[in-house]
Amino acid sequence: MEKLNYILKRILQMIPVLIIGILLVFALVRFLPGDTATAILGDKARPEVLAAYREKMGLNDSIFKQFIVYCQSLVRLDLGDSTQYNMPVATLLASRMKVTVLLTLMATAMTVVIGLPLGYLSGIRKDRLTDQGIRSFALLGLSLPTFWVGLMLMLIFGVQLRWFSISGWGETWIDHVKGLFLPALTEAIFAASVIIRNVRNNVVDVRGQDYVDFARCKGLGGFRVGCMHVLRNAMIPTATLLSIRIISMLGGTVIVENIYSLQGMGALLVGAVSSRDYAVVQGAVLAFILVVLAINLLTDILYSVLDPRIALK
Amino acid sequence: MDNILEVEHLKMYYCGKVETVRAVDDVSFHVERGETFGIVGESGCGKSTVCKSLVKMMPPPGRIVDGSVRYNGRELTTLSEGQMRAVRGGEIGMIFQDPMTALNPVMKIKDQIYESLRRQKLSKKEMYARGVELLRLVDIPEPEKRMEEYVHQFSGGMRQRVMIAITLAANPKLLIADEPTTALDVTIQDQIIRLIGRLKEELGMSVIIITHDLGVVNEMCDRVVVMYAGHIVEQAETRELFDHPMHPYTQGLIRSLPRAEGREKLEPIPGAPPNLAAEIPGCPFADRCARCTPACREALPPLREVRPGHLSACVHDDLEVSV
Amino acid sequence: MKVKVTARGGVRRLSLWQRSPSLVMGLVIVAVAVFVAVFPQLLTSADPYASDQAAMLLGPSAQHWFGTDNYGRDLFSRVVYGTRIDLLIGLGCVAVPFVFGSLLGLIAGYYGGKVDAIIMRVLDVFMAFPFLIMVIAIVAILGPGTRNLLIAMWIVGWKEYTRLIRSEVLVAKQSEYVQSARTMGYSDLRIMLRHILPNVISSAIVYAASDIVMCMGTAASLSYLGIGVEPTTPEWGAIINGGKSFINSAWWITVIPGAVLAVVGWGFSMLGDGLSDLLRADTH
Repeated sequence: MEKLNYILKRILQMIPVLIIGILLVFALVRFLPGDTATAILGDKARPEVLAAYREKMGLNDSIFKQFIVYCQSLVRLDLGDSTQYNMPVATLLASRMKVTVLLTLMATAMTVVIGLPLGYLSGIRKDRLTDQGIRSFALLGLSLPTFWVGLMLMLIFGVQLRWFSISGWGETWIDHVKGLFLPALTEAIFAASVIIRNVRNNVVDVRGQDYVDFARCKGLGGFRVGCMHVLRNAMIPTATLLSIRIISMLGGTVIVENIYSLQGMGALLVGAVSSRDYAVVQGAVLAFILVVLAINLLTDILYSVLDPRIALK
Repeated sequence: MDNILEVEHLKMYYCGKVETVRAVDDVSFHVERGETFGIVGESGCGKSTVCKSLVKMMPPPGRIVDGSVRYNGRELTTLSEGQMRAVRGGEIGMIFQDPMTALNPVMKIKDQIYESLRRQKLSKKEMYARGVELLRLVDIPEPEKRMEEYVHQFSGGMRQRVMIAITLAANPKLLIADEPTTALDVTIQDQIIRLIGRLKEELGMSVIIITHDLGVVNEMCDRVVVMYAGHIVEQAETRELFDHPMHPYTQGLIRSLPRAEGREKLEPIPGAPPNLAAEIPGCPFADRCARCTPACREALPPLREVRPGHLSACVHDDLEVSV
Repeated sequence: MKVKVTARGGVRRLSLWQRSPSLVMGLVIVAVAVFVAVFPQLLTSADPYASDQAAMLLGPSAQHWFGTDNYGRDLFSRVVYGTRIDLLIGLGCVAVPFVFGSLLGLIAGYYGGKVDAIIMRVLDVFMAFPFLIMVIAIVAILGPGTRNLLIAMWIVGWKEYTRLIRSEVLVAKQSEYVQSARTMGYSDLRIMLRHILPNVISSAIVYAASDIVMCMGTAASLSYLGIGVEPTTPEWGAIINGGKSFINSAWWITVIPGAVLAVVGWGFSMLGDGLSDLLRADTH
C-alpha cells in the first residue's frame, strides 16, 4: 500500500516535467530564427505555399491557441508529417522505436553485467592489485570518447576479425542481438566504468558496516555475506546512478546508431536536424522524453524494491 | 573447575605496512561455565578487539600472533575459516553495540533470523515457528507481525531485542555481548540487562559482557577483568574488585563513577590512552598515573596475586586505597 | 601539511607523487596538452589546411607522422593545431556553466524556500532529458557551428554544478563560521562569497575536471555527426568524421586523433581523481 502510494506520487510528480517538455518541444520550431514557415519549408518555397502552410498549421493564430491546437493533435497522436520522408511522423517514430529501445536495453544489461561484478571485486580487494587494475580500467573507460570507441570496435571486431555484422540489424531476434552487440558494448563501456567506480566505493563503505560483521558472526559463508549483505546494500545508491546512465545511453544512441548504420530514433533525429525536418525533430525529442519518463518510473519502482525504507521517507 | 573458555597469552596485532599496532598484548583469562564475565575499560583499550579475536573476526590487517583460545577444550586459533564459521554460527554468539547499524536495513527481520537458523536444516514452516518463538522469548509484542518488518520500523530497545533473538537462534552456549546497552536510552538499558540475565539462566548460557560502564558490571558480572592499552591490568570477582580495587587505573575508573550517595565531585582520569603503535617499555598507564615512579617505566609489571583470587599488574604493592 | 607516522614514531613528509600518483600523471598529461595548444608551430611546420593532391590518404611515415587525409592534408599538423581548438572548446564549455551553475547552487542553498524550490524544479526538468538530445535539439534551432555548439553546451551544462554546490551549501550553512558571520551582521552577499563559497567550491572544481573530458567528448561527437564545428576545422572529432568513410582503407585518420583525445581525456580524469583523493585525505 505504501509502495503503491509512493509510485502514484512519483507519477504525479512527472506530470509537470511532461508538460514543460511538451512546451519546449512546441516552442522549438517557434524559436527558429526568422519566419517559421520559411524556416521549415525553405527559402525557395513560393509565397502561396508558405501562406497555405501558415493557414494549415495555424501559425497566424495567437501563440496560446497554437499550443492548445498542438496539444490536441498530440492527443490524437498526430505529430505532423515529415518533409523528408513524406509520411506521418508518428508512423515513422513507431517504426524506429524498436531499435533504439532494444539497443538501450542491451547496453543497460551489459553495463550491469560488467559493472556490478567488477565494482564488487574492486571493492572487496580495496587497494590491492586487482582493485588498482580495475580502477585504472574504469578511469580509462571514462576518458574514451564514445563515438571513437564505436569506430574502434567496428574496425577491430567488424572489419578486421569479422565477428559481427556491422550494418543493419537483420530480421530475426538472433540477428538483432548480434547486430546490436557492438553498438551496445560501445555505450556500455563508459556507463560500466561509472558504475564500477560507484559500486566499488559503496562496497568499501558497506563492508565497514556493523551488519556485515554481525552477518559473519552468524557463521554465514563469504558468498552469502557478499550477496545478501554487502552487494544488496551497496546497490541502492547505484540504482539512481544507473538510471542517469541509462538516460544518457539513450541519448548516446544518436551517435552509435549513426556509426553502425542502425535505423533508430537517434539516427532519425540527427538526420532530421541536418535536413531541417522539424516535425521529425519535434516528434523524436518528444519520444525521447517519454522514454526517459518511463525509465525514471521504472527506476523508482526498482528503488522501492531495493530499499524498504524509501516508502516512508 | 569447569571452564567453557580459556584464553592464554593471546596476542592480536594489526600488522600494517607502516606500523604494528599491539591491540591485544599477552591477554589471559578464562570464563567458567554458567558465569557472567565482564571485560571493562575505556574505548580503544582493546576489549572489543579481544572478543573479535576470540571468533577470528579481526578486521585486516589484524593477526593473531601468538597465544591460544580454547573453547570447551578445543583450540580455536588453528581452525580453518570454514570450521570457524560453524563455531560462530553455533557455539559462540555475539551481540553488537548499536542494533541500528548491526542489523541489515534492507532485509526483513524474519530473513535475518532465518540466516541464523540455516545450520539447523529446518523447513520453512519450522523456521517461521522458531522465529516467532524467539521474538516472543525476548519480549517483543506481536511477533508474527514484527517478523515481516524492517529494522527502521523498530525502536532502539526493540532493535536490541531483535538482535539478541537473532543471535539466540543459533543456540549459542557462550554469548559475547559487546557494549549491549551503550547505544540505548538509560531507561531501556536496564530492561536489556535484565533480559540478558534472564535468558542466561533460562538457556543455560555463559556470558561475556564487554563494557565501559562499571554500573553494568556491578549489576551483571560474577567476575571481571580490567583492560588497559591491550593489557589486562586487574582481575577479580566483582564484589572484591569494587571493595578493594588494587590497580590505580581501576581506582580511577571507580572514582570517575557518578554515585547516588554523597555529593563528591567526579574525578575523571587525566590524559588519554597511549598510542599502541609505539613501543611502551614500562607500565602503559604510567603517563596518567598519579603514583608513577621511575620503576614503573622500566618494565611491564606482571599480573600478580595481591589478595586471594585477585590479580593486579602494578609494581606498587600496598596500594589499596579507599575510593 | 601532510605527515605520516612511521613505526618508530618518526615523521616524514609525503611527496605529491606518494600522496596521489594519478594527480601527478594527470598534471603531466594536461601540461603537455596545454603546451601543444599554445605553441603548435614549435612542433610542426606543415599547414593544417594545405591540401596536396599528390599525397592523398598516405599512411604514417617519417614525413607524415600521422599520415594524410583524403585531401592530402598532413594529419599530424591537423591534430597538433586541433589541440588548441579542442582544449578551448572543452574549457569554454565548462567555464560558463561552472560559474553560473555554482552561483545558482549558492543562491538556492543559501536562501532556501521559494528560490530554492524554483531552481530545483527547473533543474529536475533539465535532469529528465538526455544531455545529448537537448544539445542536439538546441543546435537544431540555432544551426551548427562552434559558437552555437558552445551556447547549447552552456544551456544544458550548469545543472551538475548547481546540485553539487547546493548540497554543500546546505551543510556549510549550519556550520559555526557561517552562523558567527551572520551574528556579526555581514551582508548575505559577503557571507556567500567570502565565507561559504571558498569552503564549498572544491567539489565543483573536482567535477569540472571530469566535466572537461565529457564536454570535449560531446563536442567531438557532434562534430563527428556533422552538426558541431565547421567541417574544415582541424578539430579532432571533425577529423574523425572526415575519415570515417575511409575506415577500411585509411585507419589512421580515425584511430590516431581519437587516441589523442582519449589520452588527453584520461589526463583530465586522473587530475580530477587525484584532486578528490587529496581533498578527501585533507578532511580526514
